[in-house]
Amino acid sequence: MGMTMSEKILARAAGRDSVEPGEIVEVAVDLVMTNDITAPLSIREFKKTGLERVFDPQKVVLVPDHFVPAKDIKSAEQAKIMREFAHEQGTLYFEVGRAGIEHVVLPENGLTLPGQVIIGADSHSCTYGAFNAFSTGMGSTDIAAAMALGTTWVRVPPSIKYVYTGTLPEDIGGKDLILHTIGLVGVDGALSAAMEFTGPVIEKLPVDDRIEMANMAIEAGAKTGIFPFDDMTRDWLAQYGDKPYEPVFSDDDATYQEVVEIDVTNLKPVVALPHLPSNTHAAEDIKDMVIQQVVIGSCTNGRISDLREVAKILKGQQVHPEVRCIVIPGSQEVAKEATKEGLTDIFLDAGAIFSTSTCGPCLGGYMGVLAEGERCVSTTNRNFRGRMGHRNAEIILAGPQVAAASAILGRVASPNQLPVAVGD
Amino acid sequence: MRFQGKSWKFPDDVDTDVIIPARYLMTSDENELAEHVMEDIDPEFAGNVKQGEIIVAGSNFGCGSSREHAPIAIKAAGVSCIIAKSYARIFYRNAINIGLPIVECPEAVDEAETGDEFEIDTDEGWVRNTRTGKSYEAKPFPEYIKDIIAAGGLMAAVAKRVREKGQVSS
Ligand code: SF4
Repeated sequence: MGMTMSEKILARAAGRDSVEPGEIVEVAVDLVMTNDITAPLSIREFKKTGLERVFDPQKVVLVPDHFVPAKDIKSAEQAKIMREFAHEQGTLYFEVGRAGIEHVVLPENGLTLPGQVIIGADSHSCTYGAFNAFSTGMGSTDIAAAMALGTTWVRVPPSIKYVYTGTLPEDIGGKDLILHTIGLVGVDGALSAAMEFTGPVIEKLPVDDRIEMANMAIEAGAKTGIFPFDDMTRDWLAQYGDKPYEPVFSDDDATYQEVVEIDVTNLKPVVALPHLPSNTHAAEDIKDMVIQQVVIGSCTNGRISDLREVAKILKGQQVHPEVRCIVIPGSQEVAKEATKEGLTDIFLDAGAIFSTSTCGPCLGGYMGVLAEGERCVSTTNRNFRGRMGHRNAEIILAGPQVAAASAILGRVASPNQLPVAVGD
Repeated sequence: MRFQGKSWKFPDDVDTDVIIPARYLMTSDENELAEHVMEDIDPEFAGNVKQGEIIVAGSNFGCGSSREHAPIAIKAAGVSCIIAKSYARIFYRNAINIGLPIVECPEAVDEAETGDEFEIDTDEGWVRNTRTGKSYEAKPFPEYIKDIIAAGGLMAAVAKRVREKGQVSS
């Protein structure tokens, strides 16, 4: 019987010919990641094993990104624990100023490859499915166990196939596609399953947009979100390294729990209103929703392609006088490129701020926490209550273009609602 | 194991940001975390929950981030057991790994209210609501997970394994 991509990767990592959904298998891991929030707990648990060394320091990576550069003494201490452990163990480690948000940094360093099993103590570790890896988030203790053993257990997920058909409108990106999908299926619509993204629209979808989609598979409850490997994946990866890899392909007779067809032809830029990513609407249908803040960044939309889209809209424009627009590059590399291309100047001239790379406000850490009653349009991935600050603040999720248009107009807005610029 | 206690009912899709907001994640100290448990969904909960009480929740409990601080905060607040319709998968693993008892029992949740008295037997796999007098069967754990629970949590199981392999001396 045929297998899906996810099943093939897990079978290979378990040293088996085949696996079936529902069974629990122990698999070898290719990369184990943890960050400044989850590492201190992982390290504490790892030490309980009595082991002196992690299984393979070149397969363990620690990335400080959530509360760094340290926002206060406590977060400085958390980061210090991980820094010392990384140095002592000789693991991969990305320091402030040479790093950024984990899910942006690891691919940029050629560490996340097709066919791999990747686990991270961060729920958005499902991001690497964009490159045809089986990648998923776990808690600190699971990560500690994997640092010790080099293996983890996985219940083989059933796969759900999403087939995107029709013609992709020009103003629709990966963020719109995934928000629309979550809106259709709900925040537990793919609970513990592998979302497999396919179809003619996906075949032409740039890898950066695929990353946005895989990144948010967890927001539908999925274990992972995975894409087929193709020439675009190969070219994308070639920019960042030349390590060998072995992609996998789903068999034609693979079994799916469900096949969902989504015609994208009439899709309009999407927003998710508070307080769930599934509360989706067309941005242009939202009237008079005044905002105080816009956040552009995060592991979902903090890449150079996102900043280019934002800059295109903000160029020569001004952020609305009552709005704070915070642009946060996903990594140091993105920041450098944005500066080189002149995007940084565009943001600064428009009255936005341009920060160093950090998760920051995405999880209500710092760099833009919301007061009671405030409302923010954000390119991040979660709009849960309290996520960006006060429990009575509101987050509206959107793609970079909607975020930029909203920053100018001071309300939730679609780019097509902007006055046409002179010369356009 | 058997548990008995008063219930606190919560809806579907209780996410880890409301269980323990990120603004308190600069520490892994369980008592500090417990002081803020459930703060963004019920600001009164942390102050009122008593040792041994039970959380009853809808589907997809613990969705969102991978923060193990969520089950740690719940456990440290004194909650003895969670009954939910279903769990988000990372939360499910985290709870098992740190030894927070959880059961999956949709029927029991449908008929429960805050303040009901529950009895739960995680070994025998049943849940009883004293107010309604009804008993419900809980979904059994797979063998692999039963072994982790029996070992006393994941790290105890891992420690045993590395000792057996002779990687550390006992
Ligand atoms: S940017 Fe936001 S979602 Fe991504 S890793 Fe950081 S906190 Fe998590």
